[in-house]
Amino acid sequence: MKSTTKTVEGTRPAARPPHRARWIARVRAFALKLATALGTLFVVSLAVYSLQELLPGDPAVAILGEQATPETIAAVRADLRLDDSFLVRYGAWLGDALLLDLGTSYRSGAPVMETILDRLPVTFELMVLAQLMALAVAIPLGTLAAYRAKTVFDRFTTGSAFAMISVPEFVLGLVLIYYLTLGLGWFPTTGWVAFGESPLENLHHAFLPALTMAIPVAAVYQRLLRTDMLATLQEDFVTMAQSKGLSTGHILFRHALRPSSFSLITLAGVNTGRLLGGSVIVEVLFVVPGIGQLMIQSIFLRDFVMLQGTVIFVATAYIVVNALVDLSYGLIDPRVRHRSA
Amino acid sequence: MTATTQPAAPDTTNDREPLLVVDDWKTYFKTAGGLLRAVDGVSLRVDAGSTIGLVGESGSGKTILSRSILGLVRSRRKVEPGGTITYDGVVINKLSPKERRRYWGKDMAMVFQNPMTSLNPVLTIGRQLTEVLTLHLGMSKALARARAVELLESVGIPEPKKRADEFPHQLSGGMRQRVTIAIALSCNPRLLLADEPTTALDVTVQAQILDLLDEQQSARDMTMILVTHDLGVVAGRTDTVAVMYAGKIVEIAPTKTLFTETRHPYAEALMRSIPTMDAPNHTRLFTIPGRPAQLTGEPKGCRFAPRCSYAQEKCLTEQPPLVAPERPDHSFACWFPVGTKPGQEALERNLSAGQTAAGTSMSLMTVLGA
Amino acid sequence: MAQSRLAGEKPQGPASVADPSSAGAGPNGGAVPAKRKSRSKLKNLGVLFWLAAGWLAVVGLSAILAPFLPLVDPAAQNYDAVAVPPGTPGHLLGTDSLGRDLLSRAIFGARISMIVTLSAVAIGILVGGLLGMLAGYYRGWLEKVIMAATDALMAFPALVLLLALMATLGSSVRNLVIGLGILGIPAFVRLTRASTLVYAQREFVTAAKSIGALNRRVLVREIVPNLIPAVGAYAFIVIALLIVAEGSLSFLGVGVPPPASSWGLMISEGRDSLRTTPWITFIPGIFMFLTVLSFNLAGDRLREENDNKGGNA
Repeated sequence: MKSTTKTVEGTRPAARPPHRARWIARVRAFALKLATALGTLFVVSLAVYSLQELLPGDPAVAILGEQATPETIAAVRADLRLDDSFLVRYGAWLGDALLLDLGTSYRSGAPVMETILDRLPVTFELMVLAQLMALAVAIPLGTLAAYRAKTVFDRFTTGSAFAMISVPEFVLGLVLIYYLTLGLGWFPTTGWVAFGESPLENLHHAFLPALTMAIPVAAVYQRLLRTDMLATLQEDFVTMAQSKGLSTGHILFRHALRPSSFSLITLAGVNTGRLLGGSVIVEVLFVVPGIGQLMIQSIFLRDFVMLQGTVIFVATAYIVVNALVDLSYGLIDPRVRHRSA
Repeated sequence: MTATTQPAAPDTTNDREPLLVVDDWKTYFKTAGGLLRAVDGVSLRVDAGSTIGLVGESGSGKTILSRSILGLVRSRRKVEPGGTITYDGVVINKLSPKERRRYWGKDMAMVFQNPMTSLNPVLTIGRQLTEVLTLHLGMSKALARARAVELLESVGIPEPKKRADEFPHQLSGGMRQRVTIAIALSCNPRLLLADEPTTALDVTVQAQILDLLDEQQSARDMTMILVTHDLGVVAGRTDTVAVMYAGKIVEIAPTKTLFTETRHPYAEALMRSIPTMDAPNHTRLFTIPGRPAQLTGEPKGCRFAPRCSYAQEKCLTEQPPLVAPERPDHSFACWFPVGTKPGQEALERNLSAGQTAAGTSMSLMTVLGA
Repeated sequence: MAQSRLAGEKPQGPASVADPSSAGAGPNGGAVPAKRKSRSKLKNLGVLFWLAAGWLAVVGLSAILAPFLPLVDPAAQNYDAVAVPPGTPGHLLGTDSLGRDLLSRAIFGARISMIVTLSAVAIGILVGGLLGMLAGYYRGWLEKVIMAATDALMAFPALVLLLALMATLGSSVRNLVIGLGILGIPAFVRLTRASTLVYAQREFVTAAKSIGALNRRVLVREIVPNLIPAVGAYAFIVIALLIVAEGSLSFLGVGVPPPASSWGLMISEGRDSLRTTPWITFIPGIFMFLTVLSFNLAGDRLREENDNKGGNA
């Protein structure tokens, strides 16, 4: 008879640990995450440095090219400490890297770190624009697709999203260039204008590369948000919000969106790091002077020191951003915020 | 409070205006197994200021009925083939969703079963209260905030100012249900639907919440529909009780009458499954044999017959109508009512046969009629 | 249009009451649904799945049989038909700026793309699967080391890792396979480790252990067969990823070295004349898109099917 009676478990407030204990637990969790990130960074730096060992033949020759004179080769060998053991060399390199010194390019003669920092704003701008575009499209489309689940609208948007995930970035970029730039002439073909020079021109040049990066990302976001939103719309508190007479828009965007967006926010955070290194294709395609283009240039110029520097920089940025996302997770969900982590 | 709720029979005259009239209402769902008749022709008349209890086991249609009254049942598979719901003289089931929404939270409010899940986990208690106030009453933010604190205080929440800034997970279950009640009451609704408001709560808290509802209901002269599976809950707190089974009302009467002159075997069985204080320790609680009724397909005969110890041939073929043969405010749908001569004869016939006309063994029902 | 989703799809009360599957199945109801299930299983995967599978079969078969098909030599330059648009007699999908037949090049390009990605995914499954299984089965320090290495590999954006590897090793088909293979390893490590963790707790494994079965035997006989469906479904998605990665590298000029025709290289070759002869870029682009889409669709569907099965078990 009492079949509807739910168990009363969970109705009692869980015994809360004293404030101090909670604080200690949080610090411990923080330290653990930090340690993990540092460990990963260490392994990554070792891996990137080891790449040098994989260079065929004498690294100095590989770096300088066959025409190098014995004197310059000797100089580079001394500079790279190639006569020392691997661990000594790695230690020295890591020590320099920790002091933000990633060496000097043998091609341009410029310090690697300086060159990277010079290019960083461009790549960073593209990443931010792409993220904003992706979220601006994905949030309404994902929410509405969940609200209108299984209707034509949902099938169309969610199906298109699936297709967009499968378009390689360089194909998408070329399609956009063909129609929007060559066909309609809306955008400049290639090139870059610094924001400081002319903000409007800068945005005009950045739009298409950012859009190319944003479309596949938006597709992933849309699908993720739709799934989570579908689950949220089944929740009692949504029915309750309805019974309060709130408008559908208010319920969807004020009540249901936030609890549905935890995975989306995590993914967007991870993507922030990924897009910093993943804009290689777009930067090459649109001739944008960012870090990705720098990487490709150093490959073709056989500027190994520069390549090594960009790779370690991008990987570090990726790990640091991921760790930050992980740590800030509690800020979005009050349930996590008030509990010990 | 006067006990004047009764089926909307045309001949009943009453000096108090009914606030809500449900007339032959049906809510069906299309399922793979056929049409599911969740609510199958229910008529109700709820007078202003009264409290009606809607009782039945899970699946009896009581929750769907209460949500249908609001218009909250939104499913692609829902069909509403007939009936009307009239609120304060307006046939609200014919309104557009947008027009209907204007009643929600303002004229009619609802308290849900599980306070652990019915509050938004990421919004503060205060926000969830003030949004109703600003929406329906056009209050300014500051005014709404002050009113929200007052409301929290009025439902017995200590330190309401502090609580308003907290999130639901920081409150206990009982406190949360008080919050949902505060939200429901915030715009002084005339009709409150409480859907199993205490089922998910600790036993010790249940009585407090019911008392709170009672108190608020009389203080505000509010009309209340209390949905529950537990007859014990409605016993002292409602004017009228309607017992539902398989999407239909099987018995409806003033609360006292229902308990003293129970006529429907299902209502009788429900009453026997309430644990009582004066029964000896370790008395086995009565349980109704069989599974709850199957709601798909055309009903043939009485839906309760397979589980009923009074069941006769007639019960299997003819559906009993809801009639009031004894007193105008007491209706029931049974061919062989409990406590009447035909009922007693039917029970004796089944006892001597060892099984009911539906083929259910009487040994499963020994407690009944013993 | 249809109703909105708020307040739920299913009626909350009666759903538990009238369970259509448990009632009214009839006297021999038990056997019938099971039979019907197996018969309609192929249909259950859906039209899209079979369209995807069909496209993959066509591309795969023509890639394998390319030398025997009546195709023009993909490297033959026909100066009488330079950059002719699709639909030209003799050149169904047109030619590129050197007069090479695009259909023929796309099919031979599929050959290279398939060889590279399938070998790479095989490396990923074998190495990643083995490591993941060992980590999930033996746990302890072995698991810690393997997972730390996996995390480090995943700390690189995929393309950056590939570029670094290719730049160091030099671009050749062999190095491309190695690089893509390494790229695929972490995903399979994570997948197989997680599943092994689950299966290692199940009764049939503890039973096998209790009768004295060797660990190797348990792994091979009891765990591997259970991992195959999930790994198989995931392989489709990884292949899709690797096709794009291979295309990206070739597009950037550090992948398959010319004169071989790979899709990425073909797309890159048409770039300069995009305005006048867009088909040189878009024909291989469409091939690539449809293939990636098909792998994604098939993989997604298979994974869904696995999840459902897992839920019932």
